[in-house]
Amino acid sequence: MAEFFQFLMSGLTVGAVYALVALGFTLVYNASDVVNFAQGEFVMLGGMVTVFVSAMGVPLPLAALIAVIVSVAVGLLLYWLAIAPARGASAVTLIIITIGASILLRGAAQVVFDKQFHKLPAFSGDTPINLFGAAVQPQSFWVLGGTAVIVLLLYMFLERTVLGKAVLATAANRLAARLVGINITTVMALAFGGSAAIGAIAGILVTPITLTSYDVGTLLALKGFAAAMLGGMGNPLGAVAGGLLLGLLESFGAGYISSTYKDAFAFIVILIVLFAMPQGLFGRRTVERV
Amino acid sequence: MTPFSAIKRLVATTALVSALCHPALAQQTIKIGSVLSVTGPASFLGEPEDKTLRMYVEKINAAGGVNGKKIELVLYDDGGDANKARTFATRLIEDDKVMAMVGGSTTGTTMAMIPVFEAAEVPLISLGGAIEIVQPVQKYVFKTPHTDKMACEKIFENLKQRNLTNIAMISGTDGFGASMRAQCNIAAPKYGIKVVAEESYGPRDSDMTAQLTKIKNTAGIQAVVNPGFGQGPAIVTRNYAQLGMSATPLYQSHGVASKSFIDLAGPAADGVRLPAAALLVGDKLPDSDAQKKIVVDYKKAYEDGTKQPVSTFGGHAYDGLFILVDAIKRANSTDPKKLRDEIEKTKGFVGTGGVVNMSPTDHLGLDLSAFRMLEIKGGDWTLLAPGT
Repeated sequence: MAEFFQFLMSGLTVGAVYALVALGFTLVYNASDVVNFAQGEFVMLGGMVTVFVSAMGVPLPLAALIAVIVSVAVGLLLYWLAIAPARGASAVTLIIITIGASILLRGAAQVVFDKQFHKLPAFSGDTPINLFGAAVQPQSFWVLGGTAVIVLLLYMFLERTVLGKAVLATAANRLAARLVGINITTVMALAFGGSAAIGAIAGILVTPITLTSYDVGTLLALKGFAAAMLGGMGNPLGAVAGGLLLGLLESFGAGYISSTYKDAFAFIVILIVLFAMPQGLFGRRTVERV
Repeated sequence: MTPFSAIKRLVATTALVSALCHPALAQQTIKIGSVLSVTGPASFLGEPEDKTLRMYVEKINAAGGVNGKKIELVLYDDGGDANKARTFATRLIEDDKVMAMVGGSTTGTTMAMIPVFEAAEVPLISLGGAIEIVQPVQKYVFKTPHTDKMACEKIFENLKQRNLTNIAMISGTDGFGASMRAQCNIAAPKYGIKVVAEESYGPRDSDMTAQLTKIKNTAGIQAVVNPGFGQGPAIVTRNYAQLGMSATPLYQSHGVASKSFIDLAGPAADGVRLPAAALLVGDKLPDSDAQKKIVVDYKKAYEDGTKQPVSTFGGHAYDGLFILVDAIKRANSTDPKKLRDEIEKTKGFVGTGGVVNMSPTDHLGLDLSAFRMLEIKGGDWTLLAPGT
């Protein structure tokens, strides 16, 4: 049983990060129909900026705040400089732009920071906590708790604020939203900035466990995208569920079956799900009203 | 004059000039090629190699060159991509007309370049790790880094001394991890070691607790060996401590032999053992050690020149360059074929990797003494006395 809980906790921890990346994908996709493949780079920025700013002697919480601000700035720049000018371009063009942006950010990070791996100290010590016989790092609770808080805040924002409802309205029907006076540009900037912030927080929370380097974003973007697809592209709840599920699949797959095919299990399950229900687990069926 | 004749004349003149200049240039400088993975996933290999080569070529030239000729270094960055490496190899041979090459940062890029150099009969001194590079021996291919097979043997030798025979392996699925895992499996029976459990992890994985839990729950495991490099082994080490497995000895490979590993793994690294080149513990070597002066000097030169901590990878480039320079001196020629013969005759060359004695059947020339067994204690390397 201890074994089961060990796999569960490590799966949930990794899954929470995938979930946050998937959430970023979803937010941007809803507002702008863009699949932003630079999403993983925000996770990298969050971790790397925190590492380098705190190395300059800035206290960790402040360094983390600076990292979030820097990431949001980069997210907004990405929107204003690359996405907005290409308005009206096809989805594929926009995806290519985001892939280009991701390569650019990775390259810039190589120059601005360096190519080494870096770590952050765990927020509340390294002494493992025993949970039903499983040894869990305290940082795992920070990751899980942080994810829960972000999901909750995002939910409140979307459901309870006018601005949030504007985002939802834009996601539902852009033309209609514009007709009722919603400023689409603001909504999109909000989506890019918000997803950058979520990614950066994910990076800050997870760096004490996973270490960071200039190129951690690539794999996270891939896994986050898979999680978003699994949950149903465009559904925030689905993104979280998809992320956690992906993490659990990897962990249980490696633990109970074979670590050699760890990544394969996750992707096979995703393929099966997408064959059976192409809209993902929680995706809405598109209804065309004529 | 018609435009045609003008072009003809131009072509003729260019041909004449280049025909005249080329041998002249070749006589003035010694052209050494290099293809390294300075950027990309293997940049932690290529970057120190690149810096080392540039620094020492400059030093050699400032001191008057080799046999009175300056070295001209032609260096390309393949970004860790084997296809690019092969393109650059062809360019080195056909356009740059180098007389030898020090490089190929990884096994993958080296293997892609070998056919080009074999066909052109130009010597290649690889900085890649795997034994496949020099086994079977190919006429023009040499290498300087220790092989993963030697690392396995060094680890097993140590395990045998401690009477630990049942081991688990957790290896990276990257090229280095996979190759070393295979070599360890081959070498194990020779040392009476039984590999009871085997797990693996992806080079970018961020959590290995699932695999380690499986190993923990396998009965009778006396030690765990982790072939791999990059951040993976650091996470393995951290998870290992997290799961409270520290009572079972953990062995890392020479793939983590840099200060950054201790830094990344933190206190969890305490008690981890690994085989490593003398370079890592230069200041701890006894004065009688043949390698002491070389490794201390190289470390100082590298760290003063680049303001970065020294790594064994840059040392491999140092060894490759000076094996070549020695061969050029002895051959007193820049003919690739003569160079090859002299490289093969390298005897008693003291480098950062060990004492190199090459032969027609051994294009690496290192034995197990090139590896030192280290243990991490209190955030630093300690040299283990033989037999402990």
